[in-house]
Amino acid sequence: MRALAQEKIGQAAQRNQIFHKKGIVGVFLIMLAGSLWLGGRLAYLMVFRSEYYMAQAEELHERERSIKAARGEIYDRNGTLIAANRTVCTISVIHNQITDADEVVRVLSEQLELSPEKVRASVEKYSSREVIKTNVDKATGDIIRAFHLDGVKVDEDYKRYYPFGKVASKVLGFTGSDNQGIIGLEVKYESVLKGIDGKILTMTTAAGIELDSMAEERIEPFPGNNLILSLDMNIQQYAQQAAEKVMEEKGALAVNVVIMNPKNGEILAMVSVPEFDLNDPFTLNTVQPEGISSEEKQNLLNQMWRNPCISDTYEPGSTFKIVTATVALEEGVVSVNDTFHCPGFKIVEDRRIRCHKTTGHGSETFPQGVMNSCNPVFIEVGLRVGAEKFYSYYEKFGLMRRTGVDIPGEASGIMHKLENIGEVELATMSFGQSFQITPLQLLTVASMVVNGGTRVTPHFGVEVVSADGSFVKKLEYETEENVISQETCATMKEILELVVSEGGGKNAYIEGYRIGGKTATSEKLPRSSKKYISSFLGFAPADDPQVIALLTINEPEGVYYGGTIAAPVVRDIFENILPYLEIYPEYSQEG
Amino acid sequence: MGKRQTAKHKAKRFYDYSLLAVIIFVCIFGLLIVYSSSSYSAQLKKGDSLYYCKRQGMIAAAGLVGMIIVSKMDYHKYIKLTGLAYVAAVVMMILTNFTPLGIELNGQKRWLGVTETLSFQPAEFVKIAVILTLAALIDKIGRKIDTWRGLGLAVALTLPPFVLVGMKNLSSGIIIAGIAFLMCFVGSKKKGIYFLTVLGVFLAAFLFVEYGEKLVDLKILKAYQLERIEVWKNPEAYPQSGGWQVLQGLYAIGSGGLFGRGLGESIQKLGFIPEAMNDMVFSIICEELGLFGALCVILLFLFMIWRFMVIANNAPDLLGALIVVGVMAHIAVQVILNVAVVTNSIPNTGISLPFISYGGTSVLFLMAEMGMALGVSNRITMEH
Repeated sequence: MRALAQEKIGQAAQRNQIFHKKGIVGVFLIMLAGSLWLGGRLAYLMVFRSEYYMAQAEELHERERSIKAARGEIYDRNGTLIAANRTVCTISVIHNQITDADEVVRVLSEQLELSPEKVRASVEKYSSREVIKTNVDKATGDIIRAFHLDGVKVDEDYKRYYPFGKVASKVLGFTGSDNQGIIGLEVKYESVLKGIDGKILTMTTAAGIELDSMAEERIEPFPGNNLILSLDMNIQQYAQQAAEKVMEEKGALAVNVVIMNPKNGEILAMVSVPEFDLNDPFTLNTVQPEGISSEEKQNLLNQMWRNPCISDTYEPGSTFKIVTATVALEEGVVSVNDTFHCPGFKIVEDRRIRCHKTTGHGSETFPQGVMNSCNPVFIEVGLRVGAEKFYSYYEKFGLMRRTGVDIPGEASGIMHKLENIGEVELATMSFGQSFQITPLQLLTVASMVVNGGTRVTPHFGVEVVSADGSFVKKLEYETEENVISQETCATMKEILELVVSEGGGKNAYIEGYRIGGKTATSEKLPRSSKKYISSFLGFAPADDPQVIALLTINEPEGVYYGGTIAAPVVRDIFENILPYLEIYPEYSQEG
Repeated sequence: MGKRQTAKHKAKRFYDYSLLAVIIFVCIFGLLIVYSSSSYSAQLKKGDSLYYCKRQGMIAAAGLVGMIIVSKMDYHKYIKLTGLAYVAAVVMMILTNFTPLGIELNGQKRWLGVTETLSFQPAEFVKIAVILTLAALIDKIGRKIDTWRGLGLAVALTLPPFVLVGMKNLSSGIIIAGIAFLMCFVGSKKKGIYFLTVLGVFLAAFLFVEYGEKLVDLKILKAYQLERIEVWKNPEAYPQSGGWQVLQGLYAIGSGGLFGRGLGESIQKLGFIPEAMNDMVFSIICEELGLFGALCVILLFLFMIWRFMVIANNAPDLLGALIVVGVMAHIAVQVILNVAVVTNSIPNTGISLPFISYGGTSVLFLMAEMGMALGVSNRITMEH
């Protein structure tokens, strides 16, 4: 029976029944559901997560190389290039791409004059990019490039180059290894000069080999803007020579010269010798002391880079009498016809303040008092004005704040607090002692006196021009007109011209020119050290000043009177630059 | 018995040409993708960018011929060799696993043969053997598959090949289990136990994922298996170790977007995805052809599975239906698991994409299976 049944089953195949078919459809539906789930998952990954994963993949595939943007150049007012770029190369290796390591080591060590061991270490280092040497001459870079070594990259870069070397070093400043400004105008105008680096994005395989087929994405660098300065390199150079000469003759520590257009504040020259070499700014310009720590060396470097014309304050001394006289005239406490008597001193409270001429100037008018630089006269007018009035004028004249010159590191003056000013302080202040200002502050306030009462902002930057010249932006500076009355200005110019033509500044006189000015001899603190700063402030032509200059000699040896040693230097400079500025001597008909 | 009948109805026999067409299309598409994804490494390793593509092409061509021949054969005849095939499969797996005849490639002992070129993966053959064995068994015992004894017999027959394959190649083992499960499911009238099994599997998966560490402590789960689960949860936390392949696959898929980079334009295949023409080939399809292309590929497979369903439903007898169900289960499970792995929907396990992934044995035996399905379709008699 059983065998028979089995036989039957064996012969007649099982039928494909309804429940089988339902099962089959069921299996299909399960698979359909699975496919739908995966389709949804794919859609999620490829639509909503696409951006995320694509960015990750790009990051994995891309090798980025930057193309350095050229830093903007700096020109003087005549278009002379004073800060330029030199093309240098950076040599680096990409480990993955090197095919012949021995050859790479041989060529690079030979061409770059490096030890083969050092090069080999970099070549064998497993990193995405290893820099072998920076600041390589373009010529050397070209030679290395010509070897066509796989995995060796020669990238061009720019390095700052200053054709004038030591000229205007403290004004221009220099740049660091990343071409960023470190001091001076290079810092102040960083955002103008700095370009925008470009990029080369290349796609690579997992082994780091660049894919030629993939269009490399190249973002072109955008060069920085050029800067046009008010500086005149001819004047700057001449002033520097004059300063160096007097520094050497007088064995002085330093000599500063600032030459400015008093009408608009454009600085034509700013010299402070000793200057340093901008192309080698990390080497001291003096003999480097043996065995100093890096910290000490940095201090010395900072000292060397310091621009005393704006960063150092000093007691201006008699040149400041210009300000006292202006205030007094403006206030009407003195007129040109007032007469004074100088016995060689003046008693203020319980103090006997001496005049520099101990025997006294005797009877003198106000202009004569200025010509004689007579301290008792200024003490007298100073006391007439009073401390509060003085301070309100200082405020107006901008002496209580920085000049706003466009280089970093400007110091502000050191003034008494108003409530601390007694008669003695007022007396000393009136002839330029017991407070400190920077040379540039003095020059700026003097400019205002001689330009007809307009306060200008001293500055260097004149124009910003895009690299291709298509875009020009004039730089604007704050000015304030009519701070002083025209009348006072005219009087002051006359008096100061008298100082040069007949008074203490006669060493600055140049035949045929109308020169105005004021000398000063400031005693450095402590007074007992018997060290001086001799200075002369001069301007020309006296009736319509085109140029104003302040020269300070720091710690001259021997004769230290400003009228004797500083005034002749300014005369020398004026003699040369006035014709250059197309200001010619005028001789009277009879002459 | 049937000779007269067959002769009589020969003119009205059905042949699933649409299935044939889609198989040929998928094979050619597969070759194209193999070429695209392998040319870089082929050039690098073999000095011939067409190396893998040519090899695959030759095997596919031979497979195609084999498929036609098999499809012309009466499955009632070759089913008689099932016992032999089953024994051969088990013996081959034993040889692969335990004798020097087993060849290790890429750290995996999955090949049987003399040299690398003269070798094949017996696991692929085992899949066919299991399909035939279970089809023959269920056909033979009929409704008894619903009894514990019948089901026990099916399980007992599946277990040796499953264990032997699963030891060295878990994913192929899972596929074998999947095939067996679905065939028994179709053969049974009482479906309850199958739903319970599915529930059990999901529960186990949940436990593995949620309490993996405790299971490792209890020594139920191995540490490396737990690591795979951890990688699956957050592949970005393991970019260098376990997560590399999955992560690179995801980068490729994500890079594809809607329409892809274009055929041949994948970057991930350039060494980022190791052996891009193998298990991860679907991610290259995604990168080059985008979501659009990927969905088209899935639709092609769905179409294929739908044809299997139609053939199985119309098969002249249960045996034919079960053979086609086995083939259908194989393709469906493998495609779904592959895409799920590539999209990191399930933990990573090496499963190739049928017809498209590079692999000679796989293509050859897949073609034989297609021949079997087409052969069943050829036995369908048209009513009109």
